[in-house]
Amino acid sequence: MMTCDLSRLTLMQMRELIDAGEVSREELVRAALSAVAEGDEVLGAFLEVDEEGALAAARAADNTGGQTGGVLDGIPYAAKANICSRRMTTNCASYMLADYRSPFDAKVVASTGSAGGILLGKTNMDEFAMGSSTENSAFHKTRNPWDLDRVPGGSSGGSAAAVAANYVPAALGSDTGGSIRQPASFCGVVGMKPTYGSVSRYGLIAFASSLDQIGPVTRTVHDCAAVLDALVMRDKRDSTSTSHPDSGRFSESVAASGEDLQGWRIGLPREYLGDGIDPRIREVVRGAADGFTGLGAEVRECSLPHTDYALPAYYIIASAEASSNLARFDGVRYGMRTEGESVLDLYLNSRGEGFGPEVKRRVMLGTFALSAGYYDAYYLKAARTRGMIVRELEQAFSDFDLLLTPTTPMPAFGIGERVEDPLAMYMADICTIPANMAGIPAISIPGGRVDGLPVGIQLMAPRFADERLLRAAAVYERVTGDRGANPSCPGDVPTEGVCDR
Amino acid sequence: MTFDDPTPLIGLEIHVALATDSKMFCPCETEFVREPNTQVCPVCLGLPGALPVLNRRAVELGVLCALALDAEVYPEMQFERKNYHYPDLPKGYQISQLAAPMAENGIMSFTDDDGGEKEARIRRVHLEEDAGKSIHLPGEGTLLDFNRCGVALAEVVTEPDLHSPADVRCFLEQLRELLRHTGASEVRMEEGELRCDVNVNLVHNGEGTPGRTEISEVKNLSSFRGVERALQYEVERHRQALRRGDPLTHETRHWDEEREVTFSARSKEESHDYRYFPDPDLHPVRIPRAMIDDLQERMGELPRARRRRLSREYDLSSYDADVLVGGGLADFFEEVVAEGSNAKAAANWVMGELSAHLNAEDIGIDELPVQPGQLAQLLDMVDSGEISGKIAKEVWGAVVQQGCDPRAIVEERGLSQISDDAQLESLAREVVEEHEDVVRDYRSGKEKALGFLVGQIMQKTQGKANPQMANEKLREIISREGCE
Ligand SMILES: [Zn+2]
Repeated sequence: MMTCDLSRLTLMQMRELIDAGEVSREELVRAALSAVAEGDEVLGAFLEVDEEGALAAARAADNTGGQTGGVLDGIPYAAKANICSRRMTTNCASYMLADYRSPFDAKVVASTGSAGGILLGKTNMDEFAMGSSTENSAFHKTRNPWDLDRVPGGSSGGSAAAVAANYVPAALGSDTGGSIRQPASFCGVVGMKPTYGSVSRYGLIAFASSLDQIGPVTRTVHDCAAVLDALVMRDKRDSTSTSHPDSGRFSESVAASGEDLQGWRIGLPREYLGDGIDPRIREVVRGAADGFTGLGAEVRECSLPHTDYALPAYYIIASAEASSNLARFDGVRYGMRTEGESVLDLYLNSRGEGFGPEVKRRVMLGTFALSAGYYDAYYLKAARTRGMIVRELEQAFSDFDLLLTPTTPMPAFGIGERVEDPLAMYMADICTIPANMAGIPAISIPGGRVDGLPVGIQLMAPRFADERLLRAAAVYERVTGDRGANPSCPGDVPTEGVCDR
Repeated sequence: MTFDDPTPLIGLEIHVALATDSKMFCPCETEFVREPNTQVCPVCLGLPGALPVLNRRAVELGVLCALALDAEVYPEMQFERKNYHYPDLPKGYQISQLAAPMAENGIMSFTDDDGGEKEARIRRVHLEEDAGKSIHLPGEGTLLDFNRCGVALAEVVTEPDLHSPADVRCFLEQLRELLRHTGASEVRMEEGELRCDVNVNLVHNGEGTPGRTEISEVKNLSSFRGVERALQYEVERHRQALRRGDPLTHETRHWDEEREVTFSARSKEESHDYRYFPDPDLHPVRIPRAMIDDLQERMGELPRARRRRLSREYDLSSYDADVLVGGGLADFFEEVVAEGSNAKAAANWVMGELSAHLNAEDIGIDELPVQPGQLAQLLDMVDSGEISGKIAKEVWGAVVQQGCDPRAIVEERGLSQISDDAQLESLAREVVEEHEDVVRDYRSGKEKALGFLVGQIMQKTQGKANPQMANEKLREIISREGCE
């Protein structure tokens, strides 16, 4: 049996084989480990892999029969390096936290664990989740599995690359302005940002608390739903967490989603198809719109005139919150510490050496936006703008069940191409930011190809309509989607037993 | 008002540790322990990924504090982040309130040292978390203890309505009593549960033009004496500067406890821009009207109001009312009166015998094995002449030892006063016959001699004779015999 074949399986396929007793959890973990060993030297998706810990967990589960009914029982998965875990470091791809080990597991690590998931490793990212290419990692770059000279997107670039390269069927990312969906689009995989508040942020090292949300990266919509079944629940330790009406029923619902979208109303906001968007991507989205029409949905153009203000408002709010969230990294209690003559020097030296340039840029931007005399003009105005975006989207959802847009304005760009131009880099998130601003769920699924590179399409739904989003995405994927987006082992996503055992 | 007689304007920012069992945003205990860094968790240590969850009890106690100060509690409040770097502030910000505080516009009245009634307006009452403690060891460095970090505080800000250091002390002492009474805080001073920043300046009418000195702020005073002394020092410093025409600057100062002087803080500390903004980890908090009403009801009557009512309703001196309320004896007192006792007698007994017993045994009123009804019974027996005051003390001694009814003791020991006319008459006769010489002395004008004769009757009855009646009976017999 080729171990490579095992790691190519989707989560649901693995699920079936484990449940049927045809494959052990240890075999799956070994397959994942050897795929990483084989490819990640070049790809750089992982910052750390816990071979021993993962194997021990798999063997223990094999011996006890695993987590009965656990949706992720025996499934190897990866977590972004800003999600706290007792095992391995949680370094946010920053020198500041290079050796930082969290004394506790994030809620999502605990809940995927109790669903039987096996944490294989921590994935690379832009430092403190600030960036759109994973080039801001302090440690190494991650390459796009489709074209090794291109970026995987970011900031959850490591998670997207690890799934696209078939190391693991699922990975956790965090999405503040598109950090799950944009790399999912660049890497040809599924990435979802659930409704704000539906997944606990406890143990997610905060970038911008009012925007951050943890979500899955997978190869199929069904797999995404399965991971959500393990993630979505109210957590008493996160005050912004809420109970979700469809908690635990996502996978079931996707399985029963049928073959058409008869009667669905889908809006196509024209502001997302303007000049800033690569024409070839516009074409992919229009093609997808036709696809939805073919499924019986009614697709109509609409207008969201405040869309243009989302990006500047986002950079003010996100940076303001970040400037405060990152204040705790001062060299006093943990993390990088560079001594100085005084306490002030200790701060300046530790933060000066610990943070990379993009983090410093955002901390300064945010500090400025909150400063006396500027607060009203920047932070407050941005907060009001956010309110307008929320209302505009709410209004749109009274006419439409879903909105269809591109996920990114361009396909994956070349490594080094945009690092010198922060504004050009910020533009990569222009289509994904509004969903974070409004706290609504949004998913990116493979929509087509541009020059052989995958590009995603984005679907957005009202708050707590995550299930609706997944059903529509699943139908589209099943009938029309760009199936088989699978760079390292080209061909269709296998649908039945591929293991010649 | 001239340069020589300027008026101090003093405002206070008071931080009070609320009496919660756990910290404001995490489950860590708040009980004071000596071992540093033993009551900490990822949340109060500000570890990456940890998030705050508001302690409901902190809100309730904060609201109690606001209600006690007659402040308006808002239906919704918002926590904000106050951003600044300090080693004992692990998140790099303190969770506090600014634009949408818990309560505003209160008032507190207090009594000054001369018994005068005064008032200070309360600008706001808001909630915030405490920082950790830095222990500076000269030459060795600084140690950090985070046990206190995250403890729930109420910050009470007054208007500059206080006009002397002594008034400030009175205000604070009475505030402490109020907070203890409501249960909002135990205000253990030695554990730093009440800390105070004071701001002070002088208004004057020097050379006919009204003016004022620049405000100075003295930070982090943790004893009432420190507050009063620091303010005395500051007022004097301002007064002298005014007299000499020296300029004063708006500045922050610290109090040197040893040398009893204030000194200027480095100006860097003053240029803070705290960059407050709403804490995105905590949604706005609604305070339901029902919760406010419920707390208001449970808080009951506040000490000042009660003092006033006691002295009005029972015709007590304000001193007596003070002692009863201040000593926690008022509930017991009122219950005794409710059982039908004379208020003055009840007050005297509660402040005298009862209070002495509590002191001697070092127990609280809750531990006293006597019911108000039992004391009422005892006082009733005195009032009706059934027992004398002296016997009553004896009975009381037995009641507090055995916890049984006074009447039972009186009966058991046969302590009922002898008020029977015939019995007293025969006793008086006996005594008069036995002590003819003394009777003669009395007749010749020695009033005192009668006392001796009364004493003799008391002796014969082991103190049970009604002294008043014995006295009268003796006079009656002696004068009757004189006429025979
Ligand atoms: Zn704690």
